[in-house]
Amino acid sequence: MSGGKITGDEFAQFRKTFFDECDELLTNLDERLSCLQEETADSEALNSIFRAVHSIKAGAGAFNYARLVAFSHKYEALLDLLREGRIEQSERVITALVNAGDILAVLVEAAQMEQDLADDYGADVLDELEQIMEEDGGVEGASAGDQDQAEVEVSNGDDGPSRFRISFKPHAELFRHANEPLLLVRELKTLGDLTITCDLSGLPPLRSLEPEDAYLSWTFELATGKSRDDIAEVFEFVEDDCDLEITRLDTAPVSGDQEKGSPNEAEAPVEASDAAASSAQKTSAVAEQASPKPTAKVVPAPQNTKGPASGTTGVTSIRVDLDRVDRLVNVVGELVITQSMLAQEAAERNEAGGLQAAQGHEEMATLIRELQECVMAIRMQPVKSVFARMPRLVREVSAKVGKQVRLLTTGEQTEVDKTVIEELADPLTHMIRNAIDHGLEDGETRKERGKAPVGTIKLAAKHAGGNILIQVTDDGAGIDRRKLFDKAVEKGIVAADAKLGDDEIDDLIFAPGFSTAKAVTDVSGRGVGMDVVRRNINNLGGRISVQSVLGKGTRFTLTIPLTLAVLDGMMVAVGREKYILPLTSIVESFQPERGQVRALAGGGEVVSIRGEFIRLIYLHRLFNVPGAITEPWNGLVVLLETANGGKIGVVVDELIGQQQVVIKSLQENFDPVPGVSGATILGNGKVALILDIEQLRNMPGRSDGSRPNGKHHIPETSSHAPDAPPNDGQPAAMAQTG
Amino acid sequence: MDDHIDGIDQETDASEAAETNQPNTRQFISFRVGDEEFAIDIMAVREIKGWTETAPLPNQPDYNLGVMNLRGTIVPTFDLRRRFGMGGTVATPYHVVIIASVKERTIGLLVDAVSDILTVHEDQIRPVPDMERIAAAEFLSGIITVEENMVVLLSLEKLFQRGDVTASGDMAA
Amino acid sequence: MAKKILTVDDSKTMRDMVSFTLKGAGFEVVEAEDGVDALSVLDKTKVDLIITDINMPNMDGVTLVKRVRGGGAHRSVPILVLTTEGGEQKKADGRAAGATGWIVKPFTPDKLVQVVNKVCP
Repeated sequence: MSGGKITGDEFAQFRKTFFDECDELLTNLDERLSCLQEETADSEALNSIFRAVHSIKAGAGAFNYARLVAFSHKYEALLDLLREGRIEQSERVITALVNAGDILAVLVEAAQMEQDLADDYGADVLDELEQIMEEDGGVEGASAGDQDQAEVEVSNGDDGPSRFRISFKPHAELFRHANEPLLLVRELKTLGDLTITCDLSGLPPLRSLEPEDAYLSWTFELATGKSRDDIAEVFEFVEDDCDLEITRLDTAPVSGDQEKGSPNEAEAPVEASDAAASSAQKTSAVAEQASPKPTAKVVPAPQNTKGPASGTTGVTSIRVDLDRVDRLVNVVGELVITQSMLAQEAAERNEAGGLQAAQGHEEMATLIRELQECVMAIRMQPVKSVFARMPRLVREVSAKVGKQVRLLTTGEQTEVDKTVIEELADPLTHMIRNAIDHGLEDGETRKERGKAPVGTIKLAAKHAGGNILIQVTDDGAGIDRRKLFDKAVEKGIVAADAKLGDDEIDDLIFAPGFSTAKAVTDVSGRGVGMDVVRRNINNLGGRISVQSVLGKGTRFTLTIPLTLAVLDGMMVAVGREKYILPLTSIVESFQPERGQVRALAGGGEVVSIRGEFIRLIYLHRLFNVPGAITEPWNGLVVLLETANGGKIGVVVDELIGQQQVVIKSLQENFDPVPGVSGATILGNGKVALILDIEQLRNMPGRSDGSRPNGKHHIPETSSHAPDAPPNDGQPAAMAQTG
Repeated sequence: MDDHIDGIDQETDASEAAETNQPNTRQFISFRVGDEEFAIDIMAVREIKGWTETAPLPNQPDYNLGVMNLRGTIVPTFDLRRRFGMGGTVATPYHVVIIASVKERTIGLLVDAVSDILTVHEDQIRPVPDMERIAAAEFLSGIITVEENMVVLLSLEKLFQRGDVTASGDMAA
Repeated sequence: MAKKILTVDDSKTMRDMVSFTLKGAGFEVVEAEDGVDALSVLDKTKVDLIITDINMPNMDGVTLVKRVRGGGAHRSVPILVLTTEGGEQKKADGRAAGATGWIVKPFTPDKLVQVVNKVCP
């Protein structure tokens, strides 16, 4: 240990930390293993099991628990093979994994208690692990020495020098995260013999050089005894912020049928992130085309070690008609509303003995919320069902346009409401089609530009707050902003002298009827463009944005709420109206000083906060609400942030509180209303609108009280209508006075 | 108001049994806006209810009163008086909202009172003459005379064409 | 001159362990209890690396990273976040906020020094 001497006290403390952690890890392991007995583990579950064992091994290493290290090492090795699909999840394997988990727990406990176990404790399980690796995984000599290792060259192989080509192109983000390529190079050098080639071709002339941008790329050739994983680990922190390909140059004998069909195994670039964490999770369209998937041939357990596994594998899921689930969701939604209505009424009446009633209401509210969560969970499904359709699409489209395309998917297990999943298929299909057709260059062009001839499209999903984030990334030509702008001018979408920022120009591809491909193809066609995609996504309450680097590629990011049914919102009051702001968008709220608010020449108003000027949006003006507080310094400004980081300040009377609301569609009976993403029904039966921050930001601020179409009509002349008002030019007030 | 509705229900039942099956007759619900009588096809009417408050929407034509809660469904509601350019209605709980279906959408129409159910032979429906009295004559589909009174037939489809009901301006882009 | 490292963690044990290890490896170490505390330390002291926990009261690690990256003297200082196994989301959040890298807990003193050397030699 390079960290100096550790005293007894400190050691005891560190040790305690370790065992606390072990407890957590073992619990996690246990849970995962018991799931394994019921269903085939996905890559996420396998990774999690692997990590648990790996962490225990790592910690044990630090404290010199040799036995624990030895056992977890074997355990980990088997899990690694399983993770890479080199061993199938047969009953025998699962039994062994479960038994090994038990042994591991005992070994940890023994280490903690500083007990000695019998020498052969767990030996039978260890043997079984080794046998499985030999028989199923084709890993010979797993138990014996290392003499065969070099020949077999399993992916976790430790020895035998191999040569790797590593191509590494940092993105600007890499620098923004304060990573430093030089340090990576230095670290690579420690792994073996390193040859470095630096590509300066991306370097612009000095005067157009952005100091914070990334222009250089490197190619390394490394002769090392380390594995691909070890190399990938060097790039651990930067794998998302660079283009990285680690290619093994010398062909290793391949074991297992799975890869035999792949013609260019040795050439096939492997993403660093694949190798490191989630190889099983990614799907390669190319590979899938070439090689049959490992089918689920179940290997019966020949020598059934006594264990709990056999017999307990039962079916634990049932199929339910979606209509029934929907009905349940609706009824629970109504229940939520009814309950809050009742609670409000009871609170208003403030009856004697109210305390007990209030407690009852509170309890009921909790239960109902729980019920609602349960019901929502029924509808959640992994996006896998949509992602799984994409490899086929990629094959078809790429064949049609004659481009070689590789599709990588991650996060298929990310769950999202079923309705959302259904609505994802079209936009994704469209975007991937676009990416292949317009985004990626053909093989020739790619070669000329020094790229791999096979284009890559990445499809990734993950959770971010209450949203699911889906990214479609290609390593194609990127958006040529000048061309895009010219096209937009030509089409009359923007004025020729318009000054647009890069983001704004990129955003033009979402303009209706936009298509910049030189040739109209029958793949993407013309007319049905990204505008349709954006509309689809907006209809889901989501957003879509694009980032692109010319020559490097394009990334579309979809941010879509996990469920279309409920929203965590902040209720605000404006006059007599209530509005719901999505909680995720709220940065803060504050009451500005009078001096912080300034009117701009164009009619807009801004509030200054911490040196930033934020545009103010007066809800009472936008919605024509009478009786609201008109000066921000008497009311409140809620600072909201959009997905792209844009900010607006919304002027309200007061905050009422945080609330989960049931989202009701406005579109069922009405066309989309800009600025409003939906509505909810309050406890008193009134409707409160849910505001769409993204759209609010783009709305013109109106400072007068008139409605846009508000023609002033001829005065009411009839005396038969007792309620007819004097026409005072304040039409919106009428809805309020009933 | 309740009387109104009860009366209608009974009459509806009676008239359905007696008259709907006759060839070439149609049924309408007539209602009053100011001192004008209007009618719409009974088949479009889903229900009639008392006025409840609406939540106003941004950037809408002034006759759009916003949305109301109809047992959990969000229903956009329109002030017919203002739609006809006769000024606005100060709605009270005694005002009536006719819930109607237009092109598979459910909308609410704020009127002063519901009057009657009319069973009319098609021959009795007269075309609309050029009329300057009512501002937007294009959504009138005919006129019927009922006991000396003139009832104007409305075409809801024309009254609330999609473009008309649509939010103005495409902010979302 | 020895490089100065700020370690931010609400758990004293973790702070002690990190601090102890790094001092042993020849670094100078300053400590902070949470994000807010860290920002005030950074106001006064120039450091060469920040190591922060994610889950902390007052201001969590992700917010801290965001604030540091948002501007100021430490805008381009490497930041390592401490994550636990399975904390993939936190790791991702940290990265999205602008962290340089991460250290997975539990870690050995060797591992800590190794990772620190990786971003701050």
